[in-house]
Amino acid sequence: MYTSPLKFSVSKEDSVFSEKRDGKAVLREKTVHFIFLISGALAIIFILLIFAFILKEAIHAFRNIGFLDFIYSIKPSLDSTKQIFYEWYPTSDFARYSLVPLLVGTFLIAIPATIIATVVGIASGIYLSEIAGRRSREFLKPVIELFSAIPTVVLGFFVLIILAGSLNDLFDPVNRLNAFVAAAGLSLIIIPIVASLTEDALRSVPQSLRMASYGLGATKWQTIKKVLLPAAVNGISASILIAFGRAVGETMIVWMASGNAENITLNMFRSVRTMTATIAAEMGQVIPESNHYYALFVVGLILFLISYLLSVTAEIILQKFRKKGGRA
Amino acid sequence: MSSSDVFSRGRRIIDKDGWWVLLLVRAIFYVLIFILFAILGKMIYEGIGVLTPEFIFGASDASLGSGGIGTALFGTFSVTLLMILMAVPLGVSAAIYLNEYAKETLLTKIIRISINNLAGVPSIVIGLFGMGFFVHFIGHGLDEILHTGQYFGQPVMFWASSTLAVLVLPTIITTSLDALQSVPRAHRLAAYGLGASTWQVIKNVVLPQARPGILTGTIFAVSRAIGETAPVLFLGVALFLPDLPVTNICLGDYCIPMINPMEQFMYLSYHIFVMATQSVNPSKTLNIQYGATVVLLFITISLNIVAIYFRYRFRKTVG
Repeated sequence: MYTSPLKFSVSKEDSVFSEKRDGKAVLREKTVHFIFLISGALAIIFILLIFAFILKEAIHAFRNIGFLDFIYSIKPSLDSTKQIFYEWYPTSDFARYSLVPLLVGTFLIAIPATIIATVVGIASGIYLSEIAGRRSREFLKPVIELFSAIPTVVLGFFVLIILAGSLNDLFDPVNRLNAFVAAAGLSLIIIPIVASLTEDALRSVPQSLRMASYGLGATKWQTIKKVLLPAAVNGISASILIAFGRAVGETMIVWMASGNAENITLNMFRSVRTMTATIAAEMGQVIPESNHYYALFVVGLILFLISYLLSVTAEIILQKFRKKGGRA
Repeated sequence: MSSSDVFSRGRRIIDKDGWWVLLLVRAIFYVLIFILFAILGKMIYEGIGVLTPEFIFGASDASLGSGGIGTALFGTFSVTLLMILMAVPLGVSAAIYLNEYAKETLLTKIIRISINNLAGVPSIVIGLFGMGFFVHFIGHGLDEILHTGQYFGQPVMFWASSTLAVLVLPTIITTSLDALQSVPRAHRLAAYGLGASTWQVIKNVVLPQARPGILTGTIFAVSRAIGETAPVLFLGVALFLPDLPVTNICLGDYCIPMINPMEQFMYLSYHIFVMATQSVNPSKTLNIQYGATVVLLFITISLNIVAIYFRYRFRKTVG
């Protein structure tokens, strides 16, 4: 952002930086500039390459397998009746690549997890911003953020060993490991996202609005409901989108807790299989450059696009929020 | 809000519909804090007894039924070390270039926004990218050019570190950019006014002030990499290794053991996953799983506490 504004001349004797600006120094400046340019460009290229490479491999899959086969596959049988399959079974002789069960599984876990996180996260944000005192907030906010420091494999382990057992006693589900258990575990890592961003959004509402509301005789809850939450709605909705994106992309918890059986179901107490778990389970064994290999990149591409679009939408909402008068 | 207490104190009595909502908000928050400490407490309670020096530094057992986590710890640290060596110089350079050298154009704006949003890409997708790009594309390509057979084109520690570096690069770049931007413009202009060159300004004025911010980002990145499992799954992580991935580099008679990045490795988070899901009798090894979990939790949480502390200090001095 800052290019050297050295367009005027400074006498060399006056300079505190006493090195003379001779040819050597100019060369050094240029070298340093060049090194930063190259390594900076390299870093950015690597990041941008993610999308390009995944797209390139996914295009192979669309070419080899066909577009519609990622939705359903038709098996011609002997008596000329067609059977339509909505199955992901890429290793079978009659390979099936339908993404429907994976998408259903992903959303059956991610949506409930996000709903839990929304309720708990907004409540925690309100508590941190409006109820807790300054000192306890400074202590409690990092504590909440520690949740996201817990490695997901640890939470997956916790869900597998403890939560699955106790939830089973409560609900007696069809499968021991099911979408509900996974959603409960998953909500633990996205609650801090909603809580932290909700708190930020509420705290950026100008103090004068609170004072005006109290001055008109509003109670604390009336102020929160009628003044603060509407004023912070952009920040809060952005946080929910970010949390949902994280929920869709999380691997370890859902892999360990969802049971990994392909079911096209809306029953939360059955095992499901998510897109992330499919990649995690199958990428290790797959033969490189086979159709199965490319198909996994299609799954990756969809995950990438979902999370990227959610993130961009959240960013746009936040930008609007800042323009609307939230503190920059 | 402390400043509104003056008003709310008298009013709480008339707040007929609001008091139970606020109570509910409080209750939800306390339950959340309780769950957090319950999880941590349960893990520590079950795992602390296992933590002996033999367990922490000892070699693993092939049956996954007993043995220590020394090999897995070593693998985790080696991978993370390599990752830092790759990601931090690249990421900080990118941030310095964007903030100090590049003019604000549409291109830099697009780059900034993309980096911001790419920080949220699922880690499993980054793992997929690492497998396809580093192992199959670059690795196989190198093998073909150098005629090394199947040397580079297999999943090993080096590619795992590279993949993790790609995973944390957006985080490192954005936190470094924030740190650089928080250095007041006046300080830069003052230095330029004294006749400093761009590099002198960066080295003597900007970096010293931005260092705590950059450090915070780096620690968060390291903690993230240690806790992640998904991106390394297909990049050379091993169920069990009898030996450390170490090679001896000899200069004459002196041999120094060095991390060998072209070997497979064990990873602590993956080790927990494997013991919990793939071992013959997971319930028998439960105490070992708890032990490994406590060690992993200890590492990531203490890194985060350090980072949060740095951030707090940094905000105090700059903000």
